[in-house]
Amino acid sequence: MLDKTGIAKRIAKEIKDGYYVNLGIGIPTLVANYIPQSMDVVLQSENGLLGMGPFPFEGEEDADVINAGKQTITMLPGSAIFDSAMSFGMIRARKVNLTILGAMEVSENGDIANWKIPGKMVKGMGGAMDLVASAENIIVAMQHVNKAGESKLLPQCTLPLTGVNCVKKIVTELAVLDVLPGGGFKLLERAPGVSVEEIKNATAGKLIIEGEIPEMEI
Amino acid sequence: MNKVYSNADEAIADIANGMTLMLGGFGLCGLPENCIAALVKKGVKELTCISNNAGVDDFGIGLMLKQHQVKKMISSYVGENAEFERQLLSGELEVELIPQGTLATRCMAAGYGMPAIFTPAGIGTEVAEGKEVRNFNGKDYLMEMAFDADFAIVKAWKGDSMGNLVYRSTARNFNPVMAMAGKITIAEVEELVEPGQLDPDYVHTPGIYVHRIFQGVNYEKRIEQRTVRSKQ
Repeated sequence: MLDKTGIAKRIAKEIKDGYYVNLGIGIPTLVANYIPQSMDVVLQSENGLLGMGPFPFEGEEDADVINAGKQTITMLPGSAIFDSAMSFGMIRARKVNLTILGAMEVSENGDIANWKIPGKMVKGMGGAMDLVASAENIIVAMQHVNKAGESKLLPQCTLPLTGVNCVKKIVTELAVLDVLPGGGFKLLERAPGVSVEEIKNATAGKLIIEGEIPEMEI
Repeated sequence: MNKVYSNADEAIADIANGMTLMLGGFGLCGLPENCIAALVKKGVKELTCISNNAGVDDFGIGLMLKQHQVKKMISSYVGENAEFERQLLSGELEVELIPQGTLATRCMAAGYGMPAIFTPAGIGTEVAEGKEVRNFNGKDYLMEMAFDADFAIVKAWKGDSMGNLVYRSTARNFNPVMAMAGKITIAEVEELVEPGQLDPDYVHTPGIYVHRIFQGVNYEKRIEQRTVRSKQ
C-alpha cells in the first residue's frame, strides 16, 4: 500500500519531457518533488503563473508570489505572469498537457466529484470545473476508500459532479487504473504488497482485470 | 485627463446601498485593501460582491461580511472563511458559486464588449441548471453572460495619473479583467507616478478603462499560507 508520497511518486512517472502541467491542491502538489531533474517540465498555477518553483527560503517569501493554493512560492527563470482570463484561456484551449487533481468520488464512466458535500461542506469549485471540462489528459490522485472504508470508485457518483466523462487515469494507495472510454476501471498495476483481491474488494464500480497485474515500480 | 483622487474614502464616496461591486484579488493577494477598509468605514450595505474569494474572517471581504454589508457573493472558492460559512448556512447570505475560469471570462467579456461567452466548464453539473447549452463541433458549451457591475475596484502595483496600470507578479490575477469590466473602475496603487514614467510597452491595463486612481497607504499584504523551505 502506498502513502501520499508514494502516490505522488507514481504519478510523477506519467509526466513527460516538455509537458506543461497543472497540479491541484493536496497530493498533486507533492508530485512536483518527484519530477526528474533531467526533464523540462513547466508547472502552471491557475492564479496566473507558468514556471512555478519550490517554496521560498525562510525570510524570502513574497506576498505577491503565491500559487493556486495561496501558498508562498518562487518563480523559476523563464516564468511568465498573466491574468486569470488568460490562465483559463490556455486551459480551455488545451495548451496545458496534463492536469493532476484530487477527488472525493470518481465513477466508472469518468465522472468526478470534488467540490461539495450537500449540507456539510461548501467550499466551491475554484478552477476544478474549468480544468476537468477542457483538459485532454486528467489523472486523479485519491484514496481508494473513504475513512468509513467505503469505495470512492463507484458505478455512479453520489456527490454533486465537478465534471462528466473526463477522468482518464486514477492512482490510489492500492492501484493504478485507466477509465475506459466505454466505461469501467481497468486495473493496470497493484501497489507493492497489495493483492488483486484487495483491489476488487475496495472497488464498487465495474473493475476490469485482464491477465497478470504487475506490481507498480516507484 | 487627471483621474487622481486623494484617498479611498473620496474614491468610493458615491458607492451606495444595493450596488454590484467587483473586487480584484486572489485569496489575499492583490486585494484593494484601502478601498475595502473605506467601504467598511462607510458602512454601505446590501452589496452584491463579485470576487474570486471571500477573504478570511478578519481580512479582505471578510471584514465586510462581518458587518453584514454583503447581500450576495459571487465567487469560485470560499473555503477559508468561517463567518462566511455561518452566514451561508443560516441563510443571511446569498451565494452563487461559479467556476473560476467562468468568473474571469465573464469579466473579460464585459471589458471586451461581448454580451456572453461559451465555456464547457460546468456542463453536466448543477452549474448548468437553467442555462442555455450549445453544441459546437460535437462538444457542449454553456452560455454564460458578461457581468454587469456598477463599480470595479482593483489593486495595482504602479499607476499613473491617466489611469494606466502595472501589476506585480501573481497579484495581477483578476485585477486586469475586472478593471476592464466596471461601469466605473477605481484603482488603488502602491506607487502613483506621472504620465511618461510607465513604459507604454509594459502597461497591463490601459488608462481608458480606469476612471479613478489613488495612491494607497499602509499595505499589509497579508500572506494566507506562509510556506517556506529551510536553507541547507
